[in-house]
Amino acid sequence: MSGFSPNPDQNFGVRIQEALGNEELRESFHGAMTFLREKRRQQFPDPDALDALRTRGAAIRERALAQLPDLLEQLEGQCQHNGIRVHWAEDAAEANEIITGIARKTGGKRVVKGKSMATEEIGLNTAFENAGFSCLESDMGEYIVQQAHETPSHIIMPAIHRNKASIARQFAEQIPDTPYTEDVDELIGIGRRVLRRAFADADIGISGVNFAIAETGTLCLVENEGNGRMSTTVPDTHIAVMGIEKVIEKLSDLPDLYRLLTRSATGQPITTYLNLISGPRKPDEIDGPRQVHLVLLDNGRSRIYADRQLRETLRCIRCGACMNHCPVYERLGGHAYGTVYPGPIGQVVMPQLLGLDKAGKLTQACSLNGACGEACPVKIPLPDLIRRLRHDGVSRTDSPVRGQGKQRKWIEATIWATWLSIHTHPRLYRLSTLMATRLRRLMPPLPRAWTRHRSPLRPAARTLHETLQQRERARQKESAREQ
Amino acid sequence: MSPTIDRVYFFGTCLIDVFYPGAGMAAITLLEREGLEVLFPQAQTCCGQPPYNSGYDDEARTIARQVIETFDLPIPIIVPSGSCAGMLRKHYPALMAGDPLEEKANQLATRVYELHEFLHRVLNITLEDQGKPTRVVMHTSCSARREMEVMDDGLSLLRQLGNVEVCEPENAETCCGFGGTFAVKMSDVSAAMVADKCAAVNATGASTLLSSDCGCLMNIHGALEHRNSDAMPAEHLAEFLLRRTSGDAS
Repeated sequence: MSGFSPNPDQNFGVRIQEALGNEELRESFHGAMTFLREKRRQQFPDPDALDALRTRGAAIRERALAQLPDLLEQLEGQCQHNGIRVHWAEDAAEANEIITGIARKTGGKRVVKGKSMATEEIGLNTAFENAGFSCLESDMGEYIVQQAHETPSHIIMPAIHRNKASIARQFAEQIPDTPYTEDVDELIGIGRRVLRRAFADADIGISGVNFAIAETGTLCLVENEGNGRMSTTVPDTHIAVMGIEKVIEKLSDLPDLYRLLTRSATGQPITTYLNLISGPRKPDEIDGPRQVHLVLLDNGRSRIYADRQLRETLRCIRCGACMNHCPVYERLGGHAYGTVYPGPIGQVVMPQLLGLDKAGKLTQACSLNGACGEACPVKIPLPDLIRRLRHDGVSRTDSPVRGQGKQRKWIEATIWATWLSIHTHPRLYRLSTLMATRLRRLMPPLPRAWTRHRSPLRPAARTLHETLQQRERARQKESAREQ
Repeated sequence: MSPTIDRVYFFGTCLIDVFYPGAGMAAITLLEREGLEVLFPQAQTCCGQPPYNSGYDDEARTIARQVIETFDLPIPIIVPSGSCAGMLRKHYPALMAGDPLEEKANQLATRVYELHEFLHRVLNITLEDQGKPTRVVMHTSCSARREMEVMDDGLSLLRQLGNVEVCEPENAETCCGFGGTFAVKMSDVSAAMVADKCAAVNATGASTLLSSDCGCLMNIHGALEHRNSDAMPAEHLAEFLLRRTSGDAS
């Protein structure tokens, strides 16, 4: 049950209307985003220090990407050396096949999963269901969302769109012998009890990867609830899934990125758990998984990598700060986008993953205000990338992004062609603006899209061009008279 | 550029040209008052930002060439808008990369100033308030704040006015929802954004709304007026600064 649309452009307008019309949802997001922004702000009191840290973070990611093929090979070698089996998946289908294949071989049936956006991206839960496995989400937010047959609405806080009353109702209805309570600690306690049993019974644990260190073959997993540690240590088999861009060069690269990730994501100086996974249980150890697998997922990333500008997309460390700072995301929430990755990073990633014909319209939901780029801990120029994808969507020039030109509509192209011919002929421009001022009382007000929410705009009585031309003429007359 | 500046170009912007010429004249007067000769090439039209932000780079490039050729003297170019200034300073070099005019675009970028940045940082003007006590609310555009980083210039000039109490709306750093074509293409999202901005602006209890970007001004003030015909008036910062310091202050 991945639930995400392969064609998010379809009905995007309808989802926007629904989101804007849902007062409760807007209130939830406004409150949560304001809270998260404030927490992050408190973690970065010194703007210069923040900028220096972001510059280092960007450089680390840039350096890793510059040598991506080599680092992946090194990672594979080091992981194998540590006893981790490495698999390469070209796309979602192949990844799912590999993962369900490994699971089948274990003979087990029960799967628990830590929070992982890469597995959301490939729709792993559906693949497991189809293959006859039960796969339980063990992150509290993901658990709530999965139980309600929903999709995550935020990459860090999947159930941020839900309030406690609706979760209380859900738990009371769906978990046997559960009384209705709106006490948050009690609700978490209820969920934890279910998950505890699931951990103990699980045969296979699935996790994502926040960073993979090529130098040491270590998989880093950042989390707060301990479900990541349980999913990766209790079951006999651990399968980690990561996008190929998540590799970093050295262990010494980790502290800066970790610092940036936790502070940017949840405003925490440090998370409760930082798991550094370096292999399966060793012969003399009494616990830990007996086998550890790493699935390296491409799923369109190589195509992104081939383009110098688009490659900046791959710096992302999936902290969610861009969505927390996006005024559009705050008003729509994650579901309106209809995509695995919502908000600014989603508007950049999804058209590249699905094609501009399927997700190009998402790029329009942006006022290019720049708040996302300013918040990004690794300085991804998100507004520039959104603009670039808008360009690829309407142009016929070479682009590695599929579906290029598919957003081009003749009416818009005609408007810009007309606009251009007026604005490149200064005399024609002055004539048109002059006409606009002379006919200002008769002119139809700006489009209804504007006037539905704002008073109509009327041109001034005289343009600046005309005012200055008249002033110039008067001055010339004056000086002629003086002579 | 010569060390002493005696002449500057004025890039009026298309929005000011048609809808807010008074703001343009006020800006020119502020510059002339400092003894500068202000050149206004009649061949200027727009900076090309609307097609550029819509992805129509070729159209934007054609306009950029025209701007580069029209403003070719090695003197500062003063722009009374953070957004258009950002287009000229930040985006032309990227847009014109690989074009025969690339060098000229880079050179032009170094000559571009947002009006209040120029008045404050380069001319270092001092203002004497001649008006009655009043309270204003200042909205800094996202491009002035993030792209041009000139937010403090406008506010510093404003704070020189002794009788003016300057407020900023709550969540001042949040976009007002204008975004050029965004306001039309995603009009309902834009409306939700400007509704919040209006509430924050009204909550300040100020009597005048100011901004140094006419796009935001036309969006926020248009929405304020749509709700209430008695809404507070809006002015471009240049108009307000001139009015408060030129003896006809009210």
